[in-house]
Amino acid sequence: MLILHCPYCQRDVDETDLHAGGEAHLKRVGPEADAAAFEQYLFMRRNTKGVHFERWRHVYGCGKWFLAARNTATLQVYGTYSAQTTEPPAHITEAIRAAQESQA
Amino acid sequence: MKRYSAFAVAREAFRQHTGWNKAWGHSEPKSKYDVIVVGAGGHGLATAYYLGKNFGITNVAVLEKGWLGGGNTGRNTTIIRSNYLQDPSAAIYEKSRSLYETMSQDLNYNVMFSPRGVMMLAQTEHEVRGYKRTAHANSLQNVTTEFIGPERVKELCPIMNIDGPRYPVLGALWQARGGTARHDAVAWGYARACSDMGMDIIQQCEVKGVRTEGGRVTGVTTTRGDIKCNKLAMVVAGHASVLAEMAGFQLPIESVALQALVSEPIKPCMDVVVMANTVHGYLSQSDKGEMVIGGGTDGYNNYTQRGSFHHIEETVRALVETFPIVGRLKMLRQWGGIVDVTGDRSPILSKTPVEGVFVNCGWGTGGFKAIPGSGWAMAELVAKGHSPLTDAFSMHRFQRGQFIDESVAAGVAH
Ligand SMILES: Cc1cc2nc3c(=O)[nH]c(=O)nc-3n(C[C@H](O)[C@H](O)[C@H](O)COP(=O)(O)OP(=O)(O)OC[C@H]3O[C@@H](n4cnc5c(N)ncnc54)[C@H](O)[C@@H]3O)c2cc1C
Ligand SMILES: [Zn+2]
Repeated sequence: MLILHCPYCQRDVDETDLHAGGEAHLKRVGPEADAAAFEQYLFMRRNTKGVHFERWRHVYGCGKWFLAARNTATLQVYGTYSAQTTEPPAHITEAIRAAQESQA
Repeated sequence: MKRYSAFAVAREAFRQHTGWNKAWGHSEPKSKYDVIVVGAGGHGLATAYYLGKNFGITNVAVLEKGWLGGGNTGRNTTIIRSNYLQDPSAAIYEKSRSLYETMSQDLNYNVMFSPRGVMMLAQTEHEVRGYKRTAHANSLQNVTTEFIGPERVKELCPIMNIDGPRYPVLGALWQARGGTARHDAVAWGYARACSDMGMDIIQQCEVKGVRTEGGRVTGVTTTRGDIKCNKLAMVVAGHASVLAEMAGFQLPIESVALQALVSEPIKPCMDVVVMANTVHGYLSQSDKGEMVIGGGTDGYNNYTQRGSFHHIEETVRALVETFPIVGRLKMLRQWGGIVDVTGDRSPILSKTPVEGVFVNCGWGTGGFKAIPGSGWAMAELVAKGHSPLTDAFSMHRFQRGQFIDESVAAGVAH
């Protein structure tokens, strides 16, 4: 079972207490945006085979959304972080780099 | 190709079976093909088959990174039906179902198509209304289905408990000519026929890059060298986004794990396929006697062909009330496949931003039933640039808001 660390509760949480919310860091477009921008925001996905930044919600816990960096090809979890970010923070990119180096 | 027949079996019986040929050839890649199909699953092989059969295009290679049929084609629970709601779906799924009827004869290969009947249970008032609506839509689309009451459900499937208490069976959408087929045989039968037409099926050949020149495809880079082509068909299911990225575009697809399991073999007790969408589970009995069980997808993006155990548990738990017999069964094995899910739960058969590159994906949890129809339509799209069966399934439909919404018809994975 997948276990993620909820950055709000500061606890490791089982997958059964979580809800997956898909790709993170999507740029929400406003009402003035054209159809192509809405398509990109609503439907197009990176769907990366490898490092994937994604949204999770601690539904059966604090109820809050947070973000995770996870590898979809190996199921390795690099870390979780606040949803109030527009890009992965330094400690996450560092964890990914370290993991990739140790594999190379 | 030597034809398979009762006579051939008898003849070989008299000479220690020394006269059988290999079903398909093993080829080295040539330097160039008219069409390269990436992915030797059912859809890729069927595409190649109909390119040859319907359009006389036989300078074709099918490239497969693993082994033939080792993707979702060899991992699915083989439900075949065409009782969808929207007209474009009915057209392609019913074309497909009807091709299954004669596939064994057409391919001279026994795919064990068994039109034993498929029922989708209505266990809430909402589902009753939904399936009645689908039955009406189907009669306009020339797809034979009917809404049946609980007594008829019990008659068709006596092992079912129709009285609840939590989810009593209120009726079902019944498609008498739906059923199952042998998944591997579908891939093998097409592979044999393609090989017979002179096509190259190249296994253990992973496509690593797509070569283009001035916005047009010129070939692919693979683990067995560069291969040129005029046209490229990407038919790789769960890996569709990975191939698209190689060609420089994105798809409205997410890849997630879908799991299934089978029980120990038991005596024949169920000769129809039953799907219970409210509780998220479905069940049929294989010819070997195993109960074949499936449910909903796992929740998160995944390429590992493994899922979480609690999903299996949920699926079985869901079925126990309606099929008490399941509670006494030992489960034999469990597996997963990576399915390619779109926003409207309908497939993509489409031209792409790269000239000469075509994509067939998004069949998600329910594309086994679609293999022959999808191959038929995809071959036409690749050969002629359009097909009446694929027009509605463009990858650009999401931008235009022209969804083919089957999220209700395909409420559970199958
Ligand atoms: C557990 C489960 C149950 C299912 N049950 C049903 C059901 O009951 N009824 C139904 O209709 N459908 C069902 N499905 C869905 C069905 O299996 C799929 O929609 C269908 O098999 C897809 O076929 P395909 O040929 O597109 O893909 P696949 O069979 O997955 O073939 C794609 C091939 O592409 C290859 N490939 C990928 N990347 C590359 C590359 N870079 N280079 C070369 N080759 C590559 C893969 O190795 C693979 O062999 C189920 C799926 C699963 C996982
Ligand atoms: Zn929490």
